[in-house]
Amino acid sequence: MPILENLWIIPLLPLLGAILNGLLGAKWSKNLVNSVALGSTGISFVCAIEAVREFLAYYEANHKAWVKPFFDWIVAYNDARFGFDLQMDQLTVVMLLVVTGVGFLIHIYSTGYMAHEEGYYRFFSYLNLFMFFMLILVLAANYVLLFVGWEGVGLCSYLLIGFYFFKKSAADAGKKAFIVNRIGDFGFMLGMFLLFRTFHTLDFNPLFAQAATMQPDAMGQFGTLTIACLLLFMGATGKSAQIPLYVWLPDAMEGPTPVSALIHAATMVTAGVYVVARSHVLFTHAPSAMYVVAIIGCATAFFAATIGLVQSDVKKVLAYSTVSQLGYMFLACGVGAFGAGIFHLMTHAFFKALLFLSAGSVIHAMGGEQDMWHMGGLGKKIRITFYCMLCGTIAIAGFPPFAGFFSKDAILFAAFQHEPAGKVLYVVGLLAAILTSFYMFRLIWLTFAGEPRFDEHKVHVHESPATMTAPLSILAVLSLVGGWFAAPAFWGGKDYFAEFLSPVFSGEEVAGGDSAHQLEWILSGVAVLAAAAGLAVAWRMYSKSVRRGPSTGLHKLLYNKYYVDEIYQAAIVGPLVWLSRNILWKLVDAGIIDGTVNGVAHGAAGIGDVVRHAQSGNTRSYAVWVIFGALVIFAIVFWPLLHPAVVGGVR
Amino acid sequence: MVPTSYYLILSAILFGLGVVAFVFKRNIITIFMSIELMLNSVNLAFVAFSRAFGKSDGEVFVLFVIVVAAAEAAVGLGIIILTARNRRSLNVERVDLLKL
Repeated sequence: MPILENLWIIPLLPLLGAILNGLLGAKWSKNLVNSVALGSTGISFVCAIEAVREFLAYYEANHKAWVKPFFDWIVAYNDARFGFDLQMDQLTVVMLLVVTGVGFLIHIYSTGYMAHEEGYYRFFSYLNLFMFFMLILVLAANYVLLFVGWEGVGLCSYLLIGFYFFKKSAADAGKKAFIVNRIGDFGFMLGMFLLFRTFHTLDFNPLFAQAATMQPDAMGQFGTLTIACLLLFMGATGKSAQIPLYVWLPDAMEGPTPVSALIHAATMVTAGVYVVARSHVLFTHAPSAMYVVAIIGCATAFFAATIGLVQSDVKKVLAYSTVSQLGYMFLACGVGAFGAGIFHLMTHAFFKALLFLSAGSVIHAMGGEQDMWHMGGLGKKIRITFYCMLCGTIAIAGFPPFAGFFSKDAILFAAFQHEPAGKVLYVVGLLAAILTSFYMFRLIWLTFAGEPRFDEHKVHVHESPATMTAPLSILAVLSLVGGWFAAPAFWGGKDYFAEFLSPVFSGEEVAGGDSAHQLEWILSGVAVLAAAAGLAVAWRMYSKSVRRGPSTGLHKLLYNKYYVDEIYQAAIVGPLVWLSRNILWKLVDAGIIDGTVNGVAHGAAGIGDVVRHAQSGNTRSYAVWVIFGALVIFAIVFWPLLHPAVVGGVR
Repeated sequence: MVPTSYYLILSAILFGLGVVAFVFKRNIITIFMSIELMLNSVNLAFVAFSRAFGKSDGEVFVLFVIVVAAAEAAVGLGIIILTARNRRSLNVERVDLLKL
């Protein structure tokens, strides 16, 4: 069956799973819920592979992206048409395989992790719904359909962060994620409106074809394209947790760990990067916007890494790490290396999903404990988890031959070559790489090495079931080999990943020559040294004594996340709440609106109080009123007839 | 032939009598009859106009008025009987409250 012609089947399967589990799952056994959830995503994954195979054959023959309009959704005469159009090109291929593949693995893992939880069917229903929206997002062929997926994954993120809604912190975290994302989405929508106003279409291919012929904005010039790009990027900062809207992601760790792995590490948070890469034609025509993307990405990579240094909650460390790694992806996009950004997106999906799932396995083993200061010595007890997590850590720290090394190296290499400010971006990115290596190995030592710092009689540490360790092992292998597409470039061969994506990002990759080749060797050597430096510092600080010192000075500042939440509270949330309470509620709502409504009611009552005396109950006085009224009407009707001049001589 | 104006004057006089009786009489039955008087004075005017213009519209209308008056009489007399039973009086002055 040709899947490519029926591409809608790929997102539809998870939607069916979500509906079935959501409506009927409450009465079903766990096995049935499992088979619906895993079956729908599994078949979707298989279909995705088949669709990719068919697309590659199609591309061989036609050398263009595959687009098919399935049905009209919004049609406004001849002015606008937004349809349920799906698109497939090399960028979609990468995203599609990452989303369905990693998503499927995490579904398997969840069956083990969530086995003892209430609302089992609800969890899988949400998770499948998320898959549906994420697939719509990556397959969409226009911004409007993309936005449907974009908002849908936001909704599922909200539902899943607040999965333990009876916990106030979880419900609050869900709300925070949703509201912060609204701010970004506001920009995203404005960007879409501006694009539609300029190009009269929001379909990717015609829009980008038009944009490609436009004169690029000069550096520092805020033309239409620059503003549109900045607005789209505002949406991306919300969804992909960049400065200044990153604050929701660390709180989102209140959700179950598989959710953190799927939504808040591997797929949803990378949607912003995907949108920027998808809109690369616009961004390359707006150099100022590119600079903003690069600087925000670079700053976020460093800033979030510093916070990650001192966190004690194992998931919080990983959350800040995710923010930091997303910063790397934006850095890559900002310096024009979209392919490198997507490459890092893919490898990050592998190793960060692995890290989160391993952390989930640790938490599972510890019976719910998340504080690393209450762990230690777990390496011998949960061996599989330990080795998987170690794989992920080596990958993210950037040691060859693990995946993270290749993708991070590609980004730093592209940043280094960028003119004119590339060297600064490179140095900050390198510092962030040192910090990354440090906090990840700190996590390893605190969790797995040393003596147990918990009561071994109370906590019965046990290895997780095979449904959890099997996805871990697969992801560990992917974290190792996921970067090897780019490996031949080191020996003068081709970067197969960049070449695969080159039809999408044609002519925008950083060109490499012999001197660049030499430079790449040097820079990757420096990157490995940086990772080794982080490892060494972490080894010195945490391998032997692991007493928790008093939190003072810089440590306290970092531990409290630079007080950013408090600053937002004081600068934005507080005034808004004050304004809402005192102006909007007490003055406008209670004063003006309620005042008007109540005033009308009181006025009516007052008038009634006056005129009720006319209703004496005396029938004959009523009769007099009737006669009086009849006379008045009689007079009004016949007066003009008696004096035709009054109304201007009617007949 | 009697001029139309004569009929109209007679109709006006009857209507005026009805109005005066309606306002000044206290007996419910009398008031009821004065209403009938007013209705019929209007009927007279209708018939007069109908004949003056040579059209049957007025006569048709009169038939409607008679039908409505009959219906009204049925309802009105029912009300009067109940009022008389409950209040032991036919004086409208004493019927000024909705409840007993």
